[in-house]
Amino acid sequence: METFYSILPELIRIVICAVCGAVIVFGNALVMGYAERKLAGHIMLRPGPMEVGPHGIYQLVIDGLKLMGKQLVVPAKADPLLFRFAPLLAFAPVFVPLLVLPFSEKIQGFDLDIGLLVILALASINLLAILIGGWASNNKYSLFGVFRAVSQNVAYEIPMLLSLLAVVFMTNSFSLKAVVAAQSPVWFIVIQPLAFLIYLVSIVAETNRAPFDLPEAESELTAGFHTEYSGMSFSLFVLAEYANMFIVSSVATVFFLGGSSGIPLPYFEYSGIIWFMLKVYSLMFFLVWIRWTYPRTRFDQLMNFCWKYLIPFALVNLLITVVMVKLL
Amino acid sequence: MKSYFSELFTGAWSLILGLKVTIKALVSPIVTVQYPREKIVVTPNYRGHIDLIKFADTGAHKCISCGSCMRECPSDCIVVEGEKREGVKGKVLTIFTLDFTKCSLCGACVEVCPTKALDYSDEYELAGSTREQFHFDLLKRVEERE
Repeated sequence: METFYSILPELIRIVICAVCGAVIVFGNALVMGYAERKLAGHIMLRPGPMEVGPHGIYQLVIDGLKLMGKQLVVPAKADPLLFRFAPLLAFAPVFVPLLVLPFSEKIQGFDLDIGLLVILALASINLLAILIGGWASNNKYSLFGVFRAVSQNVAYEIPMLLSLLAVVFMTNSFSLKAVVAAQSPVWFIVIQPLAFLIYLVSIVAETNRAPFDLPEAESELTAGFHTEYSGMSFSLFVLAEYANMFIVSSVATVFFLGGSSGIPLPYFEYSGIIWFMLKVYSLMFFLVWIRWTYPRTRFDQLMNFCWKYLIPFALVNLLITVVMVKLL
Repeated sequence: MKSYFSELFTGAWSLILGLKVTIKALVSPIVTVQYPREKIVVTPNYRGHIDLIKFADTGAHKCISCGSCMRECPSDCIVVEGEKREGVKGKVLTIFTLDFTKCSLCGACVEVCPTKALDYSDEYELAGSTREQFHFDLLKRVEERE
């Protein structure tokens, strides 16, 4: 009993963090789902969803209810266990990175010394879920989508890690709080613009979004790895995609855009979250913007761009950073 | 090596130009019309089904029941009938119907009309569940029109 009381505050903290994480994941999916469709509409000079509620703001709620009501069809030749398991595996790990993100100076679940490693490790589980889902579907299109997803994600994880590593060398810490603290005079986007650009390109590929959405290229692969998925199991993949967008944008904010720093507001230890969210959603707006600007790349172009441009540039950038850190 | 860097810069520049195009589109007004709530003005060139014109000076149509349109119609979709009445010069129109299911919108009736009493209507919301809904009584339509 003594031990229970001693760990009780920590348990309550975990519960609160988990609830906040769930709120962020679902709230973010609602906001981004609506924003994506509205922005897509206005970029194409049409209004987007307009029917449900004023300017269609309840559209995503209705869509969610519809998806919950739909039957979960498991194809006859699919692996029944893995097929059902894959969406859960895609969706479950997205909560954990939210626990280590420093939303403001004092709003943070846990300040781990290996915060960045936790995020990167859990973010790459998403790929495993895609692999399992596509394989278990027992469908040509799903399998081809998975081939593409794996080769693309494996390739683009390298420049992403290298660009983040350049910042880690400068701050000497994997803790996200320490990285934010190190940017108090100048944000790292000024010192490491190339790393930021490389990271930005890599996260588009990592989150499987256009113009790098080859795993789900509808013109060739119907819907890629989620061809056979319906209803809620499909929407878990979509929720995971939006949550992953949020996480990678948050990491970009923490590593390059100064985290929650900005013009001081009252109670800044807490209200810094406003600046943090503003930066995250500006980045996500940028991701949506490029999605509706560029056509899908060809697969060889995609791989060429990574191996011939991003990785060499990231390596050179890392090398220069290391030399400069040593000299200064 | 030279093409490696020139490709990079031309590519990056074209990507920036692309972003400029879409951001301009994002802030410019939408061009689609929310149809049941908003309607556009129909162009005067639009050729709907034929309709008798109500002339403002007399407040009536100018059909003389000559039946030219009925004879000219290649699809036999017009029926015109008139009768002689006491004290009225010429014939009085009693029936003018159009079977729009057969009409090919050739416009021969409009062109042949000696008094220019026919014109194309701007009716475009035409949908129905029975074919009788497209048997228009043009005489009734012209009388009901204000």
